[in-house]
Amino acid sequence: MIFQGAAHRYGDDVDTDVILPGPYMNLSEPADLARHALEGLDPNFASRVRKGDILVVGRNFGCGSSREHAPIALKAAGISCVVAGSFARIFYRNAINIGLPLVVAPEAVEHIEDGAMVAVDATAGTIVANHRTFMSRPVPPFIQGLMDNGGLDRFVRERLTQRVGSGQET
Amino acid sequence: MGRTMAEKILARHADTADAMAGDVVIARLDLVHLHDANGQIAFETFERFGATHVFDRERVVLISDHFAPAKDARSALALEAMRRFARAHDLRYYFELTDGGIEHTLLPQKGLVAPGDLILGADSHTCTAGAFGALGMGMGSTDIAAAMALGEQWIVVPETIRCEFSGPRHPFVTGKDLILSVIDRLGVDGAAYQALEFAGPAMPTFNIDERMALCNMAVEAGVPVNQVYIGNCANGTMTDLRQAAHVLGGRHIASGVRLIVVPATQEIYRQAMREGVLETLSSAGASISMPTCGACCGLHNGILAAGEVAVTTTNRNFRGRMGHVTSQVYLANAYVAAASALEGVIQDPARLVNAPAAFA
Repeated sequence: MIFQGAAHRYGDDVDTDVILPGPYMNLSEPADLARHALEGLDPNFASRVRKGDILVVGRNFGCGSSREHAPIALKAAGISCVVAGSFARIFYRNAINIGLPLVVAPEAVEHIEDGAMVAVDATAGTIVANHRTFMSRPVPPFIQGLMDNGGLDRFVRERLTQRVGSGQET
Repeated sequence: MGRTMAEKILARHADTADAMAGDVVIARLDLVHLHDANGQIAFETFERFGATHVFDRERVVLISDHFAPAKDARSALALEAMRRFARAHDLRYYFELTDGGIEHTLLPQKGLVAPGDLILGADSHTCTAGAFGALGMGMGSTDIAAAMALGEQWIVVPETIRCEFSGPRHPFVTGKDLILSVIDRLGVDGAAYQALEFAGPAMPTFNIDERMALCNMAVEAGVPVNQVYIGNCANGTMTDLRQAAHVLGGRHIASGVRLIVVPATQEIYRQAMREGVLETLSSAGASISMPTCGACCGLHNGILAAGEVAVTTTNRNFRGRMGHVTSQVYLANAYVAAASALEGVIQDPARLVNAPAAFA
C-alpha cells in the first residue's frame, strides 16, 4: 500500500470534537460528513484538501469520543493516510476498521512541514519526504492483516461463516 | 508474577490460562451497548457484514440518550433507526425517555453491569463500568456492529497504570477532584492505550457515584461565569444533585448566570423530586432538564455563545465542544459548580457554606 500526496500538518491532541463536531453526529453519509471534516480546528480544510492528501499530525491524534464519524469524514474528504506521533486507542481502531490506513512515525512528523509532498509505504513501513526516508513503528501482525484487508469486514464475515459451517449457529 | 485487573478479565473471557499486556486476544463479551449518535452507522455496518441476528438479545442493549427527544428531523431519523433495530432483533432492553437516562449511569442502575464483566460500548465513557469492577471499553460503530453480531471482539491487552489514594479526605473533595488531579499529573495522553486501576486506603470513603465519576473520566484537566451545568455521565448522580443542593439551599444564583441541572436518569430525577432536591435547586434559580447527553457534547439544551464561559460537572473541555469555538469550559465538582452559580465567578464552596456532615 503506497500513498502519495501533500501533507496537511496539525499539532498534538487533535480531538474528535474538532475532527467532526458533535452537532453533525446525526449525519451518517460519508459525503455529508466530508464537508465538515476538521471544521472545529480549520474551517477551510474541507475545501482545500485534495484526493490522496496525507494528514501529518502530532501525538494522541483522535482523542476523545468514540464517534466513527471522525475517520469517515477524513477518508471521504480525500485523506489517503494519517501519519502521527501517536493515536488515541478508539480512533486507531475505528480508522483501521473502515480502511483508513494509519502510520505511527514520530520522527517523520517532526521533519515534515505543511504542504510537503509525502510518500508512505504502509506495508514496508517507510515514509519519504524532503529526500529523507523515515521508518514507522512496527504494527502487530493481526492489525497489519486488518489494514491489508482494507478493514474489519473480512474478519467478521469469516467468523460468521465459520459458525454456520461448524453448526454453532441455529 | 501478579496480573492486572485487565489481564485477568481478558484472560478469563478469551479462555486462555494467561494474558499479558501486548497480547492480542479474541474475547467473549458480557454486554454490548450502543447509543443513538452511533446507531445508524453501526446498523448499516451490521447489515453489510451479512449478520442476520445479534449474538444474544439480552446482552445487546440500545440506549437513546444523545438526541432524544429529537431536536430536528435528522435526529428523529437516528432515533427511529434505534427503535427499528431493537424491534427487529427483539432486544430485551431498549431505553428512550420514560425509564431511560444517560447510559453509563443507567446500565448499572438496571443491574446490567457486574464485577468481572467485559463490556463494550459505542461510547468513550464506557470505562465508567470500572467503578463496579468490570472492564468497560469504548469502541466505534464498526467494532460494536461486529460485537453485536459475534459476541466477541479482538482486543490488545492494555498495560495498566495503578493509582493509589491515601490520606484523609478533605472537605468538598469528591471523586471528580481525584480524576482531575490524576489527569493533571498524567497529561491528556498520559494513559494512551493503557488501563487505569484505582485503589488505596482512601478509596472506601468515596461512594459508588463518586467512583463512577473517577472511572468515567479515566479516558481524558476568579473567571466570570455565564453558565453552570450540573449533569452528564460523570456527574449527574444523586450524590451530585445532593451536593449542589447543599450549597444552593435557601440561596439564589447570581443575576446573569444560567444554571442548568440535568439528572442522569429518570430514576435519579424521581428520587431527587421525592427528596425535595429538585425543589431546592429550582427555588435557587436552576432550570431542571430531563436526562440527556444534551449540551455536554454540543447537541442542544444549553449551547454556549462566542466567548462565553461555563463551569460544568461534565468530562470534556475540548475547544468548541459545548458550543462556539471561542467558548470556554471549566470542569469542576458539583459543590464548586453550585458555588460558582451563586457568585457568578469560579468560587470555592468552603467560602460560602460549611462542609456537610460526611466530611466531619
